[in-house]
Amino acid sequence: MDWLNAVVQGTLLGGLYALFAAGLSLIFGVMRLVNIAHGDFIVLGAYLGLSVTAILGFHPLVALIIVVPSMAIIGYVLQRAVLNQTLGKDLLPPLLVTFGLSVILQNALLEIYSADPQKLSAGPIETTSFSVGGLSLGVLPALTFMIAVAVIAALQWTFYKTALGRAFRATSDNQEIAQLMGLNRRHIFGLAMALALGVTAIAGIMLGIRTSFDPSIGGGRLIFGFEAVIIGGLGNLWGTLVGGVILGVAQTVGAKIDPGWQILAGHIAFLVIIAVRPNGLFPRMDG
Amino acid sequence: MNISNLHVTRSSSASKIAAVIGALVLIILIAAPWWAGRADMRLMGELFLYLALASLWNFMAGYAGLVSVGQQAYVGFGGYMLFALTMFGGLHPIGAIALAGVLGALIAVPVALLIFRLRGAYFAIGTWVIAEVFRLSFAQISALGGGSGSSLPVGIVKSLSSSRAGREHLSYWLALAAAVIVIVAVFLFLRSRSGLALTAIRDNELAAGSLGINIWGTKFLVYIVTAALTAMIGALIFLQKLRISPDAAFSVNDWTAFVIFIVVIGGIGTIEGPIIGTLIFFVLRETLADLGTIYLMVLGVVAIIIMLKAPNGIWGLIRDRFDIELFPLSFRVRQSDPSNRT
Repeated sequence: MDWLNAVVQGTLLGGLYALFAAGLSLIFGVMRLVNIAHGDFIVLGAYLGLSVTAILGFHPLVALIIVVPSMAIIGYVLQRAVLNQTLGKDLLPPLLVTFGLSVILQNALLEIYSADPQKLSAGPIETTSFSVGGLSLGVLPALTFMIAVAVIAALQWTFYKTALGRAFRATSDNQEIAQLMGLNRRHIFGLAMALALGVTAIAGIMLGIRTSFDPSIGGGRLIFGFEAVIIGGLGNLWGTLVGGVILGVAQTVGAKIDPGWQILAGHIAFLVIIAVRPNGLFPRMDG
Repeated sequence: MNISNLHVTRSSSASKIAAVIGALVLIILIAAPWWAGRADMRLMGELFLYLALASLWNFMAGYAGLVSVGQQAYVGFGGYMLFALTMFGGLHPIGAIALAGVLGALIAVPVALLIFRLRGAYFAIGTWVIAEVFRLSFAQISALGGGSGSSLPVGIVKSLSSSRAGREHLSYWLALAAAVIVIVAVFLFLRSRSGLALTAIRDNELAAGSLGINIWGTKFLVYIVTAALTAMIGALIFLQKLRISPDAAFSVNDWTAFVIFIVVIGGIGTIEGPIIGTLIFFVLRETLADLGTIYLMVLGVVAIIIMLKAPNGIWGLIRDRFDIELFPLSFRVRQSDPSNRT
């Protein structure tokens, strides 16, 4: 029963990791960009949530209505002003520019909010639980998981059922021809980054409600998100959810064996999967 | 124009002058214990170790296209090997540094086999995962102090030299030697047959492959050599610090972010770039360090602007303007008799 509990809790934790990963998966799918600053944007989302709750007195989940659009605007402006200039055959510029962004963001957050750990207070839902078949599940982890499923379903729908998604897929397949068909790829990339950072804002708020955070934790969150994307297979959004769940389960089961092993077990699961299936479990495109 | 007057050469007058000046500077630097103060020597020692790390990262990223953000794995590994081999193996610190390099190469083999499966940017983050695995694993070893780390016992420190001045001079010379060895090794590698293959891969991987160059093998060799040398630099760094902890040993900011900024600002894919970048980095650090976090933000902004506006860095700008090369790597066609100019 303890082991079943670890697996179920890990699955719910995987929802949070899938939220970390969804933005990464989306921008890689559309423009082959790997954003090294992604983890720092998750932390930025959490801090924006903190400011909104502190200034306006909103519940963190209500704060989403301000934080999500703010992050989306940041994403659009960032893509148009900086990141679009880095896209091309050479992969070094986007990598190094987002690496520079990561250092800037981290230190800017440190300057504004100090290094003190912070937490978003969401009231009773943080601690309430319900029981299912003898297992006790937290309301917050269950809610996070449901949000993750909803976000991924919404992204999937956007990608395959809307005009915007068609534009995303067209630019992803062939930028030049998409351009000839009247799509402005710079604008499309801006929208993709806006959508990705909007999702990242949700990830940041859910992270901030679940645990305490400080400006230095971005790198670790990036790695979890990245592992979920690779395990699930590039370009496959539902795969990303599965990847997050595998990572979450590996961590909780690792922690069950020895508390010091929690994070390490997740990394080892990732390394085992790339040793066995280098393209992840359900790849849709080539790296 | 008489074709017999033309010949192909690597050296140029700029490279010959640079070699003479370089030798003079080296002699002056070797003599530093007789003219520099303790604080200056400490700073210069640190500068040489950063120069070595930057040259190695540039060798991997600028020439082999292996963009790693996880070189702290080998810095920390080397540091921990120094502590483990001296404390439990009873080795002399210098012997431990050499052995740390060998062990670094050995551990890099399975790591490379695993992460070479990831391509491009995903390779970069894969190297970071490896560094995290190293950090978390060393934090589990209670003999080495676990998560809080440990200090090098006094007896081992004294085995280097019984006087403080002797130790300071020795660690300065070791750092200088490390930087010189790394730069010379990279230079000689690039002039060799494998170096030619590497330059071809850098310029066009597909074309290089179709000419029969073993791309995987060449990159693998570069990765292993870099890992070995990085581990030795790591051992030297922690011989200077005398204290190690997982967070300091495997710090992504200290051992990778700064190094990447140095290379990008100086000029990636050139031997001169990391040298210029290191000098600029230390000038910026010594003048702006009081600003704390602002200084790091400035560094990040400078690196982004350089990457966008001058992707070949400061050395790239100088090279394009004056067409000079201090380390003679490329071949040029020259006339043997300048008076015969047509």
